[in-house]
Amino acid sequence: MSVAQTIKDKLTAALAPSLMELENESQQHAGHYQGELTGETHFALMLVSEAFAGKTRVQRHQMVNQALKEELAGPVHALRMRLLAPDEA
Amino acid sequence: MSEQTQAQIDSIVKNNDVVLFMKGTLNFPQCGFSSGVAQLLQFLQIEAQDVNVLDSDELRQGIKDYSNWPTIPQLYVKGEFVGGFDIVKEMFESGEFYGMLEDKAISYKRPAASE
Repeated sequence: MSVAQTIKDKLTAALAPSLMELENESQQHAGHYQGELTGETHFALMLVSEAFAGKTRVQRHQMVNQALKEELAGPVHALRMRLLAPDEA
Repeated sequence: MSEQTQAQIDSIVKNNDVVLFMKGTLNFPQCGFSSGVAQLLQFLQIEAQDVNVLDSDELRQGIKDYSNWPTIPQLYVKGEFVGGFDIVKEMFESGEFYGMLEDKAISYKRPAASE
């Protein structure tokens, strides 16, 4: 399974998003990234979830980081995030 | 993380009003995300202490454990973890960043163009 699909599956399971967009930005970073060029190293995530209501930005990022612990420690070098509660979207 | 590293980080965070743990230095950032936050601090003329995590593997891992935050850069203001690049950027774009600086009595120069 692709890294992107794994990320989506894990976030779906952990956060039940009402909206999720995951963009692969790896190509933009191929020039400076010194690790293995797998084509799945840099991502941008936009995710709307009820689970973020009442949570600070730091807490929201930590929820995603927790769900994607293995990916962030492994193949994923960078993940930009925009995390919103439904009333902010 | 060793207790010594923990104590060292804690001391840096608590003894400086604005601290940026980053890859490289404020004047010579070595990562796009570190550079983004460094440029914002400089743009707003905020006096900040930089800590180059590339100088020390212990610091590089230690700061990740310190705030349970897996990435660098990390911005701290008055002892409190504010966030990494995405959060700082969002707060700046929404104007919340100014509110946070004012709440914490950090001196900065608001760019004229944003009035």
